[in-house]
Amino acid sequence: MTSLLTRRDLLKKSLAGAGLTVFVALTPNGYRILKAEDRAKEPAKSCSLNLWLRITPDNLITVLVNKSEMGQGVYTSLPMIVADELDADWKQIRFESAPAGDPFKDPVWNTQSTGGSTSVRHMFLPLRKAGAAAREMLRSAAAQTWGVPPGECATREGGVRHEKSGRSLSYGQLCERASKLPVPQAPPLKKEGEFKFVGKSIPRLDVAEKVSGAGAFGIDTFVPGMLYAAIARPLAFGAKVKAYERDAAERLPGVFKVVSIDRGIAVCASTLEGARKGRDGLRVTWEPGTAPELGNEALEKNFIQNLARTGVTAKGQGNAAKALSEAAKKIEATYFLPYLAHATMEPMNCTAHVQKDRCDVWVPTQSQTGVLVTAQRVTGLKPEQIHVHTTYLGGGFGRRGETDVVEEALQASKGAGKPVKVIWTREEDIQNDFYRPGNCCRIEGAIGSQGELTAWSHKVVVPSIFARVFPDRVQSGVDPAAVEGIANMEYEVPNLYVEYVRMDTPIPVGFWRSVGSSHNAFTVESFMDELAHTAGKDPLLFRLDLLKNRPRVRKVIEVAAERGEWGKPLKKGEGRGLAYHFAFGSHVAQVAEVSVQDQEPNLKVHRVTCAVDCGPFVNPAIITAQMKSGILMGLSAALRERVDFAQGGVASSNFDNYELLRINEIPEIDVHIVPSREEIGGIGEPGLPPIAPAVANAVFQAAGIRVRSLPMLPVLLEGLKKK
Amino acid sequence: MVLLEINGKKYEVEVSPDVPLLWVIREHLKLTGTKFGCGIGMCGACTVQVDGEAQRSCLIPAGDAQGRKITTIEGIPPDHPVKRAWVEEQVPQCGYCQPGQIMQAVALLQADPHPSDGKILETMKGNLCRCGTYPYIQRAIKSAAKEGKKS
Repeated sequence: MTSLLTRRDLLKKSLAGAGLTVFVALTPNGYRILKAEDRAKEPAKSCSLNLWLRITPDNLITVLVNKSEMGQGVYTSLPMIVADELDADWKQIRFESAPAGDPFKDPVWNTQSTGGSTSVRHMFLPLRKAGAAAREMLRSAAAQTWGVPPGECATREGGVRHEKSGRSLSYGQLCERASKLPVPQAPPLKKEGEFKFVGKSIPRLDVAEKVSGAGAFGIDTFVPGMLYAAIARPLAFGAKVKAYERDAAERLPGVFKVVSIDRGIAVCASTLEGARKGRDGLRVTWEPGTAPELGNEALEKNFIQNLARTGVTAKGQGNAAKALSEAAKKIEATYFLPYLAHATMEPMNCTAHVQKDRCDVWVPTQSQTGVLVTAQRVTGLKPEQIHVHTTYLGGGFGRRGETDVVEEALQASKGAGKPVKVIWTREEDIQNDFYRPGNCCRIEGAIGSQGELTAWSHKVVVPSIFARVFPDRVQSGVDPAAVEGIANMEYEVPNLYVEYVRMDTPIPVGFWRSVGSSHNAFTVESFMDELAHTAGKDPLLFRLDLLKNRPRVRKVIEVAAERGEWGKPLKKGEGRGLAYHFAFGSHVAQVAEVSVQDQEPNLKVHRVTCAVDCGPFVNPAIITAQMKSGILMGLSAALRERVDFAQGGVASSNFDNYELLRINEIPEIDVHIVPSREEIGGIGEPGLPPIAPAVANAVFQAAGIRVRSLPMLPVLLEGLKKK
Repeated sequence: MVLLEINGKKYEVEVSPDVPLLWVIREHLKLTGTKFGCGIGMCGACTVQVDGEAQRSCLIPAGDAQGRKITTIEGIPPDHPVKRAWVEEQVPQCGYCQPGQIMQAVALLQADPHPSDGKILETMKGNLCRCGTYPYIQRAIKSAAKEGKKS
């Protein structure tokens, strides 16, 4: 297990004076760069102080990574940014997961959390400044040592060299002296072309321990004297406990204590198997849930009924109603998307140790701030008494921004008076998720006499994620996720109307990789294809006609089309589909090539060509991997994934009925990074949204079947039967 | 009491023989490279070798593993062609499923040092990866097979 420093240890170590520690703080007046000893002098609350790098006399450079590593490569890309401005030798670079606390907050969000494809976007500038400031201090320290002007000293490969005399000193040798120097507030940042690491496919720093088996995930936490808790929860939403046999469970071998917690009943035992047997021994009976009639059919009916309701206007540009009434051609379609589970490969887990004056939480989390707040609430302790240890995350995808399992472990530990590890079964994981909400849309489009798109009217029915998670961001009744990628679509549609109907159900919903874009790219890009066919135009040219003033978007679509051999003749039963989407600051276009046939496999996705423009980039190999990752997760969802509901709860339970994409079903994927100098964009999520519509549009070309609901395979089978 | 031989080392574990081998390996013996994913043999995260064959340790009662040679990810040497290829091809993302993938791939190449593409897919399809590292897994297996050919 990797060593997990507590925040106190770390600050002690950082502030102890050995070596150079650099902070970059975002103040109301912009970024300020500080070193360790300045931090104590800062008036409290004047700004957040963020600590990013430490150089020690052993000549090692440790980058404190405040973002969680869940596969997206932040333990490599963020150190690369620091190392580059610092002129470090890559071999000196180490990473450490930052503990939870104010010094490690994302300076843009002012929280410590990982999501929204923001890690590199938010940390690029502060980390560059931190690296550059440290570099200048080290240069000055060397100049002082040698009694020469700093301008004669060059920094490179982890040391400073005085060219004239041939003398050199390593950063390790210089760090103590450097730590006594003032911090430059405007260190020069490198210009384009001067980067040594940024822009290169540097191998990931976390790969070795993920291959050896030593990399420690949350589930791999062990604390001396720890118990395991298994928690009985109701299957139906909102159901309360009717009765259970506490004494019977407590008499079972190994069971230490039964603790009643907010979400159910926790059986704490010395072994995992003991805890699980203890849970069976509770023989809990539950009251009916708050919506016992809830099931697949009732839900679908609910969505359709909500389409008839009047919602709030999210966008009203021109006069779509008028343009629709005057259209040469008009089409209308209803789309439906299912609820999805995150199904991270590492099921939810957390280990907590609540003591009188201290609390430790070991957890694979996307929200250290959320864990701190939850621990404060459960324990009543002060933030400085709470120590959050972030492990590797065995997948996140938004699920690990939630703190439900953290609360369970904290309450069980508090009740048992011992450290407690909670490991959910896969069934618990699938049945207690914060799901990607289902979604239903009615879209109308108008085509003018020249075959041009004149109006688009889009009504979205979707449960609100933001109403629970960030209610402040629901403005004028519009959940931003509900309409992202529709209300702000890049296409220049003269008359655009977007209406949002919020639908409330007892099903908890949350952020799922790419969030609203996971719905909205599908409905917008599929309907765009429908409109192109209605207009009798090529779907590529139809789109490009709507992007006359958007050269950046045109470029990314053109690259995907060209590399994806758009227009190359196809055999019968084959099809090619195009989709484009802007999300999280990045533009992505994909071309999918499929074949459809009567016998199994009815659908084969042969090839996907992906073009991405994310502005300046740090590590192209990681970008390529993230694009492929998004495409395959999106394809998994598009083909098969759907959470089933029955009897007021979740009926899906494990990978036998919630099926994920397997290796024998994957297409060949080519990723092309389109270079640009625009604002830096995100990369963890934007690869996902376009794949479902790209495949659906290809299916239409291959088989003439229009896929208007997901998952696709059942729809396709139905369509093939009818033919 | 269960007697197990894992990675050439003998262990006596105070545990009921019906406890799945997975939990004995992970939670009792703290060989945590072997991961829990589903508990029903549908994901492959818990793959280990039992007498040289890839098996889902979540489905094997610990008692049934007595007298057999068990190998976990920790028992595969760092310079094994499969582990080397996994690093070379930069396979892992979140990394959670990778020990299971590697154990399956090691067994595949032991049984068939030069598997066809079809054989690779057929053998590896029992191992899920939510991050979608599948293209990298395919490449790493082919590269490990090539490496094996050379040596």
